[in-house]
Amino acid sequence: MRMHDLPDEKGHFGRYGGVFVAETLMAALEELKEAYFTSATDPAFQAEFEYDLKYYVGRPSPIYHAVRWSQHYGGAQLYLKREDLNHTGAHKINNVLGQAMLARRMGKPRVIAETGAGMHGVATATVAARFGLECAVYMGSEDVKRQAANVARMKMLGATVIPVESGSKTLKDALNEAMRDWVTNIDSTFYIIGTVAGPHPYPMMVRDFQTVIGRESKVQMQEMIGRQPDAVIACVGGGSNAMGIFHPYLAETSVRLIGVEAAGEGIDTGRHAATLCAGTPGVLHGNRTYLLQDADGQITETHSISAGLDYPGVGPEHAWLRDSKRAEYVSVTDDEALDGFHSLCRLEGIIPALESSHALAYAAKLAPTLGKDAVMLVNLSGRGDKDIHTVAARTGITL
Amino acid sequence: MSRIAATFQRLRESKRKALIPFFTAGDPDRASTVPVMRALAQAGADVIELGVPFSDPMADGPTIQRASERALSKGTSLSSILEDVRAFRALDDSTPVVLMGYANPIEAMGVANFAERAHASGIDGVLVVDYPPEEAQDLLRALEGRGIDIIFLVAPTTTEARMREIANVARGYIYYVSLAGVTGARNLDLSAVEEKLARLRRLTSLPIGVGFGIRDGAAARSVAGFADAVVIGSALVERLEAAGPDDAARCAGEYIGSIRQAMDAK
Repeated sequence: MRMHDLPDEKGHFGRYGGVFVAETLMAALEELKEAYFTSATDPAFQAEFEYDLKYYVGRPSPIYHAVRWSQHYGGAQLYLKREDLNHTGAHKINNVLGQAMLARRMGKPRVIAETGAGMHGVATATVAARFGLECAVYMGSEDVKRQAANVARMKMLGATVIPVESGSKTLKDALNEAMRDWVTNIDSTFYIIGTVAGPHPYPMMVRDFQTVIGRESKVQMQEMIGRQPDAVIACVGGGSNAMGIFHPYLAETSVRLIGVEAAGEGIDTGRHAATLCAGTPGVLHGNRTYLLQDADGQITETHSISAGLDYPGVGPEHAWLRDSKRAEYVSVTDDEALDGFHSLCRLEGIIPALESSHALAYAAKLAPTLGKDAVMLVNLSGRGDKDIHTVAARTGITL
Repeated sequence: MSRIAATFQRLRESKRKALIPFFTAGDPDRASTVPVMRALAQAGADVIELGVPFSDPMADGPTIQRASERALSKGTSLSSILEDVRAFRALDDSTPVVLMGYANPIEAMGVANFAERAHASGIDGVLVVDYPPEEAQDLLRALEGRGIDIIFLVAPTTTEARMREIANVARGYIYYVSLAGVTGARNLDLSAVEEKLARLRRLTSLPIGVGFGIRDGAAARSVAGFADAVVIGSALVERLEAAGPDDAARCAGEYIGSIRQAMDAK
């Protein structure tokens, strides 16, 4: 089987992925899989999806050559895939739009979502408002504090934001709570998972909705430079923006694919979220993948300056790409990510999300090791407006 | 014959139904686990379901989530639980013990290693909430020939085709989840459960237990009218939480004794 044909029909990417859920959810996942496969081959569904991506989301997102950044680091040329320019400010809406269309098609009047940084929650609240769907968003109470502006946005859009007090009060706990809601309200509710994790078919379906990023990139790079980049770089928390840009490039083996994880305060401090760099395989949230866990199989607490990367698992297709070595996974610390953030602000006039700043920080390390003709394409997955309080607090700026 | 099969046969002969209490091992503390198991058996429990705490118990409501957090904070692990069961076995050689929990602690121990150690500790059954039959193949193979039954859930949402698949691989008994929701929910609809159970019966000769949302003697008695076993979890865990370590065994015995009485009353 070719690498880009995965998952298999049971949802496995090699030994990863699968459907590790309680029996109550199995029928709903089966129903979702059927609805998804029907929609994926339905020209009317695809046409509506493309129409909305163009006129509601604002696609295609441009690719921008960051000339001053490239001169500053003195090596490879940096190109940015501007997912930050999408409606709601991140790549998240590509997937939400697809899943909300499925929810409507399946006759579900209510959608739920988990969110970390709040970008997936905002995207879900946005599309729910447009489609007239009831919307509840689960968010760890720690993240509710860290991301107050996004909480306000969701509420203005008519969503109910439910703070989650269990466990570590962050993204993984929001996911647990959303799953509990789903199992309780299974007839009325569609669970819009925000990343390429969860039980099959979510990792495949979310990836497919996000591959618009990579498909556009291939056309745009050809137009701009007459070839494809030498390296494609994206940050990886759950990994949906990375899968979206990587997947169309899987068969192009001359293109390096580099996923950048959050090393937090440093992997050796234990305070990080670098699952693929420092984790081991296990089962969480419906799939087998790399996890940050202790020797007894309990999930450990993670840390990252960016709430969107603060997750102890990762999408199972990334686990497979790591083991098969088609993609490389590296990590950068909070401090390096902050440097990446400031550089793009000051050299290019673009405020990146702290998540995306991890990819920029690695690009800054890689650039000088490559020639001036080399091309790096970084997925600028989101804009940084949501992070101004975090960055201001870290750098002594008074708001 | 396995302890589980022997238990259900004995119950059938005496025309009684099984009472299966669940509690989380290591809650309220580690020292109370074996005494609570003993008290449950003495109060009339026929099978004990011992919860293996997990940091992310997705299928559980707040009561069992809190129990898991308490147990983990006391250092409870799958290894320590297997030691507890071994200690219980030295005192009670007849009451079946079923481990109930999530996949990851078992995967971290290694499925084959787990099967060997569970067998050596005197475990009779294993129910892994997030191993539907599709993902349970490795565990099924590892448990084969070790006299440990693999127990599966059937839910209100389970289709007839899936019921058939589950009936093919299930051993010991089938655990029917009485409502679409998490453990400890309060929206039990007994007539719907009864109807679904009749359909399940046509597909399996295994005993069928019913759990989720059974909170008192009256509900237990009603469920015992059509099921082979009644599982009581969150309602017991709430009492252990209130009792604290020193009083846990006494409260557990008293509560399960009262359920037993209600189920057996003429």
